[in-house]
Formats: sequence, C-alpha cells, structure tokens
Amino acid sequence: MNIWYLNFEFVSNFDIRVSDLPKIRNMKTVFKRTPTLKDCPTHYCPGCGHGIAHRLIAETIDELGIRGRTIGIAPVGCAVLAYNYLDVDMIEVAHGRAPAVATGMKRTNPDKIIFSYQGDGDLAAIGTAEIIHAAHRAEKITVIFINNAVFGMTGGQMAPTTILGQVTATTQQGRTAASEGYPLQISELLAILPGAIYVERCALSDPAQIRKAKKAIKHAFELQANSAPGLSFVELLSSCPTYWRMTPAEAMKWIENEMTKVFPLGCLKDATRDL
Amino acid sequence: MCGNEALAEAAIIAGCDAYFGYPITPQNEIPAYMSRRMPEEDRVFVQCESELAAINMVFGASATGKRAMTSSSSPGISLMQEGISYLAGAELPAVVVNVMRGGPGLGNIAPSQADYFQATRGGGHGDYRTIAFGPSSVQELVDCMPLAFDLADQYRMTVVVLADGILGQMMEPIVLEKKPGRNLPRKDWALTGAKDRSQNIIRSLWLQDGVLEQLNYKLQAKYKQVEKNEVLCEQQNIDDADIVVIAYGIAARIVRGAVQKAKEDGIKVGWIRPITLWPFPTEQISKAADEFRIFLVVEMSCGQMLEDVKLAISGKSPVVFYGRPGGGVPTIDEILDKIRQLTIPENKLKTKNDRVKAKYEIRSTKYKTNTNDQNIKFKTS
Amino acid sequence: MAGRIIIDIERCKGCGLCIAVCPKNGIAISKKSNKSGYFPAEAANSDCTGCAVCAIVCPDVAIDVQQDDTDKLDIGTKPGRKTKPRLVKNKK
Repeated sequence: MNIWYLNFEFVSNFDIRVSDLPKIRNMKTVFKRTPTLKDCPTHYCPGCGHGIAHRLIAETIDELGIRGRTIGIAPVGCAVLAYNYLDVDMIEVAHGRAPAVATGMKRTNPDKIIFSYQGDGDLAAIGTAEIIHAAHRAEKITVIFINNAVFGMTGGQMAPTTILGQVTATTQQGRTAASEGYPLQISELLAILPGAIYVERCALSDPAQIRKAKKAIKHAFELQANSAPGLSFVELLSSCPTYWRMTPAEAMKWIENEMTKVFPLGCLKDATRDL
Repeated sequence: MCGNEALAEAAIIAGCDAYFGYPITPQNEIPAYMSRRMPEEDRVFVQCESELAAINMVFGASATGKRAMTSSSSPGISLMQEGISYLAGAELPAVVVNVMRGGPGLGNIAPSQADYFQATRGGGHGDYRTIAFGPSSVQELVDCMPLAFDLADQYRMTVVVLADGILGQMMEPIVLEKKPGRNLPRKDWALTGAKDRSQNIIRSLWLQDGVLEQLNYKLQAKYKQVEKNEVLCEQQNIDDADIVVIAYGIAARIVRGAVQKAKEDGIKVGWIRPITLWPFPTEQISKAADEFRIFLVVEMSCGQMLEDVKLAISGKSPVVFYGRPGGGVPTIDEILDKIRQLTIPENKLKTKNDRVKAKYEIRSTKYKTNTNDQNIKFKTS
Repeated sequence: MAGRIIIDIERCKGCGLCIAVCPKNGIAISKKSNKSGYFPAEAANSDCTGCAVCAIVCPDVAIDVQQDDTDKLDIGTKPGRKTKPRLVKNKK
C-alpha cells in the first residue's frame, strides 16, 4: 500500500491548516529545534550567521549531553545577549577577556565544560593577548570564534579580519595594506602554539559547509569533554549582510568566493588524530 | 614572616581557592609564595600574562562560586579598574591586594599611600564602591585577610586590601590561626552548570529602560548596609587632646611613635586610625571634632584621605595636612615637629580664626622638607 | 520520498537563505507580512523531499522538516561488506 503525501502547507503558530490529515500519519520529523536553543525570537539581523552558530553549539551540547555541566561565556558584540538564546549557565564579560575568564573558571572547576563565543573585535582586536596566552598555557577550554570581517555591534567598522579592499565605516575607501595593515589570520597564529591542540576554520556559507562546521564544533567540545590537554578552537566565517551591504544570499556567496581566499578553510591542526 | 608572604598564607588559611597574579615590585613575594603553596593545598595558581588577565580570571573563578584573589601594585591596579567595575556591576565577590608604590605613572618602587582615591572612590567607571582596608601592621594584615574574604562573600563586593611597600617587606612575628568565619548564605547565583535547575546568568549589561537604574539603587542600599555595619577604627587619647593626628597604614605606625614622644613632652595629643578606609569612620571623626581640636592628617601622598576627613569634620574644626608623596616616608621627628608647631599659641589662634579657610601652611625651620608641600607662614618660635 | 516543511511565520525574518539553497525551488517569499513587519518565506510547490537544507541554513531555526516514513528503502550497508538491499514494508 503506497501512501505518498504530496501536498504540504505552511503552518502558522496559532492556526494549523493541514489538509488530508489522515495522510500525514507516517511523517517523521527529521529536523527540529534542539532543547538547549531557547524557543524565542532573536535580535540578530535577517541572514546573520550568529543564529546558525548558536544552533550548532546548542545541538552539540544536547548531542553530547553536557548541558548540566556547561558554562558559556558571552562576548561584547552582537552576541552579547547569547545567554537569552542558549539555555546553559552563562556569563557576560568585558571585551576580549573571555579566555582569561574561561581560564579562571576551568582551573577552579576542571569537571565543567567551559566555552567562550567571541567575535572579531573581542578575540582578534582587544583580546589578542588573552587568547594567545590561554592557548599557550594549554587551557582546556573551547573557543568558538565568529569571523565576519567587521565590527557588527558598533556599526560596521573595520575589524582586524576585514579583507583588503573591503569598505567599512572606518575604511570608506576600502582597506589598504599601507595604512590599515593586513587582515589577521587568527587560526594560523594559534596553530603554531603547542597548547592549541585543535584549530579548524569552517564557513557558515552553505548547508554542506555548515554540516562540516557542526562536525568541527562537536569535535572541539568532545575534546574538552574527554579532558584533552589543550585548547580547542573553531573559527567560523560568518555573514554580516547588514554591514557588508548585501542580501543574505549574496553575503553567503561572498564568504565562499572572497573570504575563503584570505581565510582558507580546513583543519589547521589536530594534535589528537592523524590528519 | 615578611608581610607579603604572611598575607598569602593568611589567604590560604581563609580558604582562598584560586590566586591569579602577575609580577610587579614590591609584591613579587606573593605570587612566588602562592606558586609554591597553592599546589601543595591542591588549589589553583596561575601566573597570567597581565593584570588585565588576572582580574578577569578572578572574575571567572568568582562567578563559579570560588574564593578568588589577586594582588598587584599601583600601576597594575590601574589596569584592573575595568575588571573591578565589572565585578561591581555583576555583584561578584573578590579580594584584591594593592601593595602601593610611588606614582603616578611608572613611579618608583618605594612605598606610598597614593591609591586611596582609587580604592575608595571606585577607580573604574560607574557608581560603585569597594570595601578598602588599611592595615598598619603585619599582624593586622594577616587578620584582615579572612575578614576580607568573608565581607566579599557576604556583600558580593570587591574588597581591596591596601598594603604598601614597607608592610609588604616588613618582617614581624605573627600569629596565624584559623578562626571561625561568618555565617554566609549559599551561593545560589553561582555558575555551576544548569543541572536540575534553570540557567544562571552573570551579567552587568541591562539595556531595558530603568533596569540599570534599579540595579544602582540596589547597590547603593547594599553599600549603606556596609557603611552601617562594617566600620573599623582605632583611636587613643582623644578625650583631652588638643591635637588629633589621623593616619592609616604604615603612616599610622610612625604617627604613633611621634605621638608618644609628644606626650612625653607634655603635649596633649591623641590619634585616630581608620582601619576600614571605605566605609570611612565618618561618625567617629565627626564626634571627635565636636570639641575644638586641631586635626593633623598625615599621609604618604598629596592629601587623599584628607578630603574624607574634611568631609567628616565639615568645618567644625581646623584640618591641617602633612604628607610625603612619590615614595617619601615621613620620620617620627618630622611629624613631631609639625605637632610641636601646632602647640604654639599664635598658630593655635590663627587656626581658630581661620578654621573654615582651606589654606594652611606649615613651614619648618628645623627641617628642610621637600619643596612644594603645604607651606603656611606660621610664626615659629 | 515526500517531505514537508513547517515554517514559523512569526519567527521567520524573510532573509531568503532557504529560498537560495532549496534544490527544488520550493520556497518563496510570501506577499503577506508577519506581525514584525518581515515578509516570511512560505512553501511554493509540492516537490519537497525533506532534505532539510533549508532548515540547516535558517539562522532563526524557523523551519521544521518532516519526511514520509512509508516504504523507506533500508539499505543495510557496512563498509567492505556486500549485501543485497531489502525492501522494508510499511510497518503499521
């Protein structure tokens, strides 16, 4: 007996409009929101990569079953209110200091899973000392770095990761090497340090890359859950359609075509498995 | 034991779970001692990359409910002001030891008391206070460490312990014993992993209209509680004194010697020694000023506690200042000289008449003090 | 296999990423706005296979995806082992 369900409806919150109800009894949900991601609207712009990154982290926490012992650190930046979206114990810290706060937390609570979630300003500008030293001290924490090539929260200024030629609020003629210097490749910098045991760069630009990003994030958290002796770091190239002055779909293409030239994707280092 | 090591040991006895520090003279003995002792007690020691990192590690450890402390000296404490403001806004307990040295800028490594404003006025941004202690002996330094941790936990505030270069290096016999602490509530707000409960959030950003204002009122109410209950102050021979010397910390030790000598000379002089610099013993000093007395404030700075004393006295009696900034240490004889000058009748009359005026000068004939300190033309005979 | 997407129109911000990635061109922007003023996405045809790439790329996690379970082909493949695929009849 073949029952093929051909029609489908979109369903609003308050009013289920489904035709042919008996036909749907074999429908299995293959994708839905994971519990650690709170069911509430976010303040992020339409098409912003933060939403995707939050979901990947929440799914990882649920799949590994570590919600009860995870503490997250929210940055200063667009994701400052990440604690309103991720249902774990969270703390909001000063700009750039997250790896130091994570060190304080992990050293005094070695059994907890500590992760920090930082943007370009937080990690690559004001917080460069903190991340380098947390990595070189081999702190057993996980750092998720959202690289969207601008300072989003404050209005789209140049970030250390802004690429050459990119127009931002403070490089209105486009970034030049002579006057603003080169974009900072944090993953490459950290991969040199022996204390950083896992460094990978992924993109949140299309479903295939997002799936790879999820694997990277899960590996990073697993390493900490298994007490691996060092810092696990995942850099996610993320879109900022608002300050790139593009539509979300164009922004995704821009990551694929332009950002990956400056920030090549892939696993830069994994000391725990043969590459 | 030397002061630095003594306070480190006292912190360990008081239950400090984590120490995060960065080397800076004159407190290097503290991280060195902690680096040896903390692992012995199975606790956390980290030498961090900067004072910025140190205060933020304290922030993190404290957020998980542990007792965390850091120590530094004046330039390093300047770096920590952002972190202390965040600690105040997030209402997290912390203990910060400031072994003061000469400033401003890189300064020198000699002792000083020029961080009083920074410690009592809330040196970072925003309306907040930190409890500040000014111990004047190594034993008192040792005794105030467990009190500092208890106060920090009880009121969820930062406690700054103001030692200085002399106290840190001084060797004195001390008694180290574990005393029962205060009964403190459980830290339900701490981040321990949201198992079987809803998430805890530690934050200091409150964007909605009016919420931050309410937080500020809540903090102020807490500070009023501290001001009511936690003032510590010592005084001697106030009742029949004509001159009262006010000093804290190591300056108070020197003042005590000078006052003793002055009493042997028959001068009626007493002293008041604030132990908590915030909350300041305003009432005690104000009461002492109800009768006409001349108050001499002695500090190793250009006059910081002076302002709190003037506020407390509110013009009821004259206030005169003697200070040595930039690492200078007053001697007993210098202070004795000042006290003697205040006994000259013409000077007393002048202070009585000019008691509301702000400008006073003391010129010494015996000692060529460093130029630029307050020089009033007093008749000296 | 047939699939179905359920879009939360009040959560959707109309960013259009799902539209860009759907291999069946099965999603389009609605002509009616939601309460926040965004023009949300909605299903445009009935070719959905339940691949869920729209949901994977959605930053607001506004899409639930369902797949028809009937007559699923169960291929029990293990690496290096040759098996014959067997058809699993619909279990009620």
